[in-house]
Amino acid sequence: MSLALAAAIYAAAALCLCGFAWRVWGWADTPEPFRIPTTTGQQRSLDWISPSRVESPSTRLGVAGRMALEALLFRSLFRNTAHASVPCASPYPHPVFLERKALWLGAMALHWSLAVIGVRHLRLFVDPVPGAVAALSALDGFFEIGMPRWYATDAIVAAALLYLLGRRLRDPLLRYLTLPADYLALAALAAVVGTGIALRYASRVDLVDVRAFALGLAAFAPAPLRAANLWLAAHVAAAAVLVAALPFTKMAHAAGLWLSATRNQANDSRRRRHVNPWNPPVPVRGYGAWRDEFRDKLAVAGLPIDETPEGGAPPGQARRGAAET
Amino acid sequence: MAQPKPDPARLAAVDYAPPRRAWRDLPVEFRKGTYNYAAPRKHAEALGLPHARDWQPHDADWKLPPDWKRIILEGMKARLDRYRSFRLFMDICVRCGACADKCHFYLGSGDPRNTPVIRAELLRSVYRRYFTAAGRAFGPLAGGRDLTEDVLKEWFYYFYQCTECRRCSVFCPYGIDTAEITMIGRELLGLVGCSIQWVVEPAANCYRTGNHLGIQPHGFKDSLEFAADELEELTGIRVDIPIDRKGAEVLLVVPSADYFGTPHYYTLLGYLMVLHEAGVDYTFSAFASEGGNFGLFASHDLMKRLNAKIYSEARRLRVKWILGGECGHMWRVVHQYMGTMNGPADFLEVPVSPATGTRFAHAASTKMIHVCEFTADLIAHGRLRLDRSRNDHWNVTFHDSCNPARGMGLYEEPRVILREVVTHFHEMAEDTIRERTLCCGSGAGLGTDENFEMRMRGGRPRAMAVQEVRARHGVNCVACICAIDKATLPPLMEYWVPGVEVAGVHELVGNALVMTGERPRATDLRGEPLHVAGGARA
Repeated sequence: MSLALAAAIYAAAALCLCGFAWRVWGWADTPEPFRIPTTTGQQRSLDWISPSRVESPSTRLGVAGRMALEALLFRSLFRNTAHASVPCASPYPHPVFLERKALWLGAMALHWSLAVIGVRHLRLFVDPVPGAVAALSALDGFFEIGMPRWYATDAIVAAALLYLLGRRLRDPLLRYLTLPADYLALAALAAVVGTGIALRYASRVDLVDVRAFALGLAAFAPAPLRAANLWLAAHVAAAAVLVAALPFTKMAHAAGLWLSATRNQANDSRRRRHVNPWNPPVPVRGYGAWRDEFRDKLAVAGLPIDETPEGGAPPGQARRGAAET
Repeated sequence: MAQPKPDPARLAAVDYAPPRRAWRDLPVEFRKGTYNYAAPRKHAEALGLPHARDWQPHDADWKLPPDWKRIILEGMKARLDRYRSFRLFMDICVRCGACADKCHFYLGSGDPRNTPVIRAELLRSVYRRYFTAAGRAFGPLAGGRDLTEDVLKEWFYYFYQCTECRRCSVFCPYGIDTAEITMIGRELLGLVGCSIQWVVEPAANCYRTGNHLGIQPHGFKDSLEFAADELEELTGIRVDIPIDRKGAEVLLVVPSADYFGTPHYYTLLGYLMVLHEAGVDYTFSAFASEGGNFGLFASHDLMKRLNAKIYSEARRLRVKWILGGECGHMWRVVHQYMGTMNGPADFLEVPVSPATGTRFAHAASTKMIHVCEFTADLIAHGRLRLDRSRNDHWNVTFHDSCNPARGMGLYEEPRVILREVVTHFHEMAEDTIRERTLCCGSGAGLGTDENFEMRMRGGRPRAMAVQEVRARHGVNCVACICAIDKATLPPLMEYWVPGVEVAGVHELVGNALVMTGERPRATDLRGEPLHVAGGARA
């Protein structure tokens, strides 16, 4: 069994790394032809109007701030509202957008718990255990409930998954737009979390043995497990499937977010020219053709008729080889 | 073409319960009032668009080219390779649903396919089926869907039920922008000759005559001279309106509705007064007589083709920089596309206000600034004498037009101006303005008579936000900086909130502006008497 688990873990890690590399390469290799940030704050224009440096960033630092807020605190999701209708009979009928932070909270709970749990797992793979990892684990087990002690993140991640599944099942619109893949992703996460919780709190796994095994894996010299444990096998298998699937499913958003043009571009397109590498020549109609068609009307109206060379051909495109129509 | 207007009570009773059948195999019904007519052959041909033909969406046979499927899939492949945004947005959506009830068309119609997430899935399902391993292998199980004629019709229906307003992209945790998806979706439809009249016809006009309305040079000159006459009557001052004057410092580019539509026209009067008062040496161009760009609503190529004349005319007329009028999608193009597509504008100079000396460094590359930026700067320097009491008959709120808001970040400039030129000003609810502003429901080429019901549905959230400030504060005027708003908010207001008028920011500036040597004004720019008792409630 040790051999199978080791193989699964290596295969999953390789698939995950190669998959993300392939995925990110596919995106990054595709040009972003235009500068299209969504400006959620005041532009930088006149000196005495204070710009929104993060919501409408005009500098790289501002963009970094915007991306950090997005990646670490899910800024956009924090804006979430829910629509409610106020009947027209109301004295002040208006569209009401209720604060709806539950989705943001659920998403934060899920992602941050998973991050903490991931860091906690380092104590299996790194020797000696870094102080920060130990400290984080201690903090996570701060409530000192149960034996072995319950980690807060284990409870939070389970609750978050239940919430995220529950909202998809409960809300008719969400149920309508959910794809099988969305349930699969939740199921894969639930399998990893569920087997992990069972492994820690229900099965009597020999941690020393597991740690030796994990350290062997990390050193690329896998040592066999002394005692087989079905929960361990299930946990590792589930985690391997999840990790391997990350780059090939919607969970690739973890990498994709960083390349999202509406967030990662500065709102400076009038200040600095954004270059489109494939900017195609297009047929344009120049002043000359226009003048020739309307010559009589220009004359009657007393408008200037420009016969100089600069009036003849449209600048720009014509020089790049496009036909004047 | 006028159809009987639908009963507001019916449109207000929106059923949000999703249909029983899954959207992926629910054929679209082209119901009168909820879709746009197809692009007539003559206009599509004038632009050289592919597969031009006469057809209508309600026809059973769309007369698609025999190899339409290959054309679409090849077009998709090409765009996946050229637009990172498109490829990424196809890949990373998790269907969290945060965008769902942010779309005004969903709020107004209750149709789940009008949620941004499913609108994108319309394309994404086809992307999965033909461009991902899982989709090719497992088909529907992996969220894939065959490209059929029904799917194409569904695309047409729903990509022309999106105004590219980008409100959903504000809320998406990954910044997925449905405008990008709709733009690509419309491009693909265009490849097989499926576009709408109200996009292609104005674009064809614009290509030929220089403006969407198809106004020829003599008509252009007449309307501007008429404006000068009118201003003289109002103020006693004759303003000079130069056209095609070489060597002027500034080229003024405005949406054509400004000189041919109402209430746009009063905004034009406002610009002319400000430019005269600030002593700007400017010229119009009779060829670049349109700042708007309906190409944006058809394809990136068409956008570029229509936009090209702005720089080429600036070069021909040897101006130093460009000033742009109040127009929403024009500014999306100018701010986010123009420099990239038709630049570099290295033959122009960084805009400097002749009245204040302010150097507009934020436009150092494109050399084009917004008239609200220009006027806000004048006001900040005390260069305009303003009598805001001349707007006291207006109780004003400000509608952030989608494009200058979420595609530019122009939030403060118009507000700075409004605070100086009106006495009674009330913002709408926080979650309906600024980056969360709600669309008029008629942008991106959807402002047609035949699409009236869908426009009223889509605009209802905005109308209700206006209704609230009307009830609370007595607001009777929605100020905005978008030509499409000025054309489509009035019928929207008339339908949902009667008694509310629509005005451009520069119309209100024009009312308040005390011009040097003007005679006392008896009326506002609309010719309505000033100082009507009880005209406004504070």
